[in-house]
Amino acid sequence: MSSFNDIFETYNWDDTKASIYAKTSADVERALVASKRTLEDFKALVSPAAAPYLEQMAAISQQLTLKRFGKVIQLYVPLYLSNECNNICTYCGFSYDNKVRRKTLSPMEIMQEVAVIKDMGYDHVLLVTGEANLTVNVDYFKKTLDLIRPHFAHISMEVQPLDLEDYGQLTPYGLNTVLVYQETYHQEDYKKHHPKGKKSNFQYRLETPDRLGQAGIHKMGLGVLIGLEDWRTDCFFTALHLNYLEKQYWQSKYSLSFPRLRPFSGGLEPKVEMSDRELVQLICAYRLFNEEVELSISTRESSNFRNNIIKLGITSISAGSKTNPGGYAVEPEALEQFEISDERSPQEIAKMIRAQGYEPVWKDWDNCLVK
Amino acid sequence: MLTIAGKTFNSRLFTGTGKFSSSALMEEALLASGSELVTVALKRVDVKNNQQDDLLIRLKYPHINLLPNTSGVRNAKEAVFAAQLAREALETNWIKLEIHPDPKYLMPDPIETLKATEELAKMGFVVMPYIHADPVLCKRLEDAGTAVVMPLGSPIGSNKGLKTIDFLEIIISQSNVPVIVDAGIGSPSDAAKAMEIGADAVLVNTAIAVSNDPVKMAVAFQMAVEAGRMAFEAKLALPVVHAIASSPLTSFLDE
Repeated sequence: MSSFNDIFETYNWDDTKASIYAKTSADVERALVASKRTLEDFKALVSPAAAPYLEQMAAISQQLTLKRFGKVIQLYVPLYLSNECNNICTYCGFSYDNKVRRKTLSPMEIMQEVAVIKDMGYDHVLLVTGEANLTVNVDYFKKTLDLIRPHFAHISMEVQPLDLEDYGQLTPYGLNTVLVYQETYHQEDYKKHHPKGKKSNFQYRLETPDRLGQAGIHKMGLGVLIGLEDWRTDCFFTALHLNYLEKQYWQSKYSLSFPRLRPFSGGLEPKVEMSDRELVQLICAYRLFNEEVELSISTRESSNFRNNIIKLGITSISAGSKTNPGGYAVEPEALEQFEISDERSPQEIAKMIRAQGYEPVWKDWDNCLVK
Repeated sequence: MLTIAGKTFNSRLFTGTGKFSSSALMEEALLASGSELVTVALKRVDVKNNQQDDLLIRLKYPHINLLPNTSGVRNAKEAVFAAQLAREALETNWIKLEIHPDPKYLMPDPIETLKATEELAKMGFVVMPYIHADPVLCKRLEDAGTAVVMPLGSPIGSNKGLKTIDFLEIIISQSNVPVIVDAGIGSPSDAAKAMEIGADAVLVNTAIAVSNDPVKMAVAFQMAVEAGRMAFEAKLALPVVHAIASSPLTSFLDE
């Protein structure tokens, strides 16, 4: 079976990076007026040469997003089920070598969390865990999905990469969306940041979206952790990956995230800083490159940034998030995966979205639609 | 007047509920449009507590008929299930069949749509399928018991107008059920054009919802649809496609 790896292997990081930095204002101008934008256009739009064109990019991005998605913003919230993890990831609060108390929510605790999340108004939940295959495995996911399915219209999952059969087993339990971020497409750096655990296998992770596509998952989310490597190059590879997946698995929907490395206890300093201006450039570049992809922004970003990004291409946003297992009800003080920046409640965020002239959407899927 | 499954409509402008900046504005625009058939995505509404659903509450007017749609399903089996769910939750046996396995361009699947239409028609549904502008498929759907056909003018949400006009004209010329142009209508002039060529109605959503003034745009569409229909009924003069040559080609016959 072919996979993204076949395409990925034909690219070289340094050459790709050099070609992005070699883009000129003429390349950017061509990309701006193109009716269908190519991967080369995307390179131009994320290149330093595009910086002076940010306002134009934002205007086009806004228009394209309005046409496809309208004046609405989807809301979702993460539910952290466990911080147990056998991986060492240099940038993550749940890393195996981080000496913190580990916790996996029991069924009763999950329901306590669910009650609070439902009270916030949510109908779309994102389940998050570390990677601890003995306790937090397919059986645990099945039990959890069974438990929460009656309470949510849309269930997404951001957990360790699974085998094809495992994904196949979970879809009948109401799993709709799976997010799996590559973290970085820089193979050597990936190894440095993931020295131990199953996650150190770069290729297994790289081919996870292929397995998701083969399993017929409705929606999958891609992204890199911004701060580990040159973001322009990493995001180019994300776009390349998206391009491949859309053609290969044309029945799946796609979403992109662009998390910037945030502080956490004992954490890593970003190797590469990305400014707010650059993040806006990236968001607009993704939209200009792909009119249909969903773009998501989390509470990692500041209130001010999130207020202003609503109109520029974003389609979904989280609010009121806790990044620790039990954070909503069971054990609010436990260790979080990363510090959140925007601490406003979901209702405050909804109010802000309305003030921008957009409608907050709490429900845009129904599990009942899948037989 | 347009009649579908025994129900008559004064307005030939059908509308949708998506993409509006607020449900209050949606309500205002839909009222201004005069539309009597409004499609609602089943996935957007709370089917369990539909009495409290904000979207549905705003559509509770005697002149507005709800048309639940199956947006999000990928095959006939899921569509039939969704239709049953909609019938139970919204108490209507009307269903807008949307089966697009392709979430990027939202292209309708003709094979699954035909299958689902056959089944749903047998079950007593008023089936309104969203399809390509495919004249043969339209005839097959008629045989399957469809209430109308809803061919697209151009890709959904694209605002590109009637790119499929040649096929729409064939469909209209041979259809025994109402033809409703469903997708791609970007401006009132597109809607007027569709009505001029003889479409029975049009369905417009994005162009109204995303405009700077959805209420005004709704009225513009209402007027365009009425004007287009009147022109169709009054029989448009055929455009003269040829000029008269200065040295007539057939004058030798008179010599």
